Amino acid sequence: MEQLAQIQVSHLFFLAFASLAVVAAFNVILQRNPIYSAIGLIVVMCSLAGLFLTLSAQFIAAIQIIVYAGAIMVLFVFVIMLLNVREEDAIADRQKYLKFLAVPLFLAMIAEVMVVLKTIGNPAASPNIPGTVETVAEGMFTNYLLPFEATSVLILMAIVGSMLLARRESKEDTDDIEAALNAANVATPLAEAENEEEVHA
Amino acid sequence: MVPLSWYLALSAVLFTIGVVGVLIQRNAIVLFMCVELMLNSVNLTLVAFSRYLGDVTGQLFVFIVMVVAAAEAAVGLAIIIALFRTRETLNVDEADLLKL
Repeated sequence: MEQLAQIQVSHLFFLAFASLAVVAAFNVILQRNPIYSAIGLIVVMCSLAGLFLTLSAQFIAAIQIIVYAGAIMVLFVFVIMLLNVREEDAIADRQKYLKFLAVPLFLAMIAEVMVVLKTIGNPAASPNIPGTVETVAEGMFTNYLLPFEATSVLILMAIVGSMLLARRESKEDTDDIEAALNAANVATPLAEAENEEEVHA
Repeated sequence: MVPLSWYLALSAVLFTIGVVGVLIQRNAIVLFMCVELMLNSVNLTLVAFSRYLGDVTGQLFVFIVMVVAAAEAAVGLAIIIALFRTRETLNVDEADLLKL
């Protein structure tokens, strides 16, 4: 009897987190304002962290909150607020047919998944190995050391790349290039671009 | 204990919602968020299999997927900022040419 109650509690936890995640995911894709989409995505990530806890993956649940909801989503919200995007529904949608294609494809894929899940059945759960820092780190620093080091190189490349991409070109640099090009008596593409901008304004 | 197929079904539903979002949204930032949603749903699959097979390796994969997602978000948002500076829009339909 006690076991039965336990089973039902874990089912309730799953259903609560799962329904929260699905509702928030729909919120992500259906909102017009990107900031509401970002909030929906944060809710999805927090409920997934809850599901990770029910799967006894404590470490992953913690870094899901810290890295995803904490760092990545702050970056998203920061960019949304930095760019101050207006809601762009006045612009005519050129690819309207995609919307009508998306819903049938969605239903088809859901149906496909349900059929597959019905046929495979459920394996019995193996003995529980809790995903604590200790067990995860043991694998990470023995068998999977090379992928771990590769991710650190990847992060370094991402830092350098994003700084290079988002950097505002300094006025002095472009002035120097323009002066050099004028001295060589060559039509400057930069000046042309500036003129074009003035015309558009 | 919740059956494995429940987790897989939830993960598939979240992934499909992400795909639909990529198809119906035109805002570059929201497209990125839909990609993050898809990565998250795959993480759920990996953790569920890791639990049911009794092997923590799946959780290491989740860790690496998170690092890749962080790198992707940083570079992608930098590209979006550069795009917004030159075109003054985030609509991906407007950004269909390499030249201005």
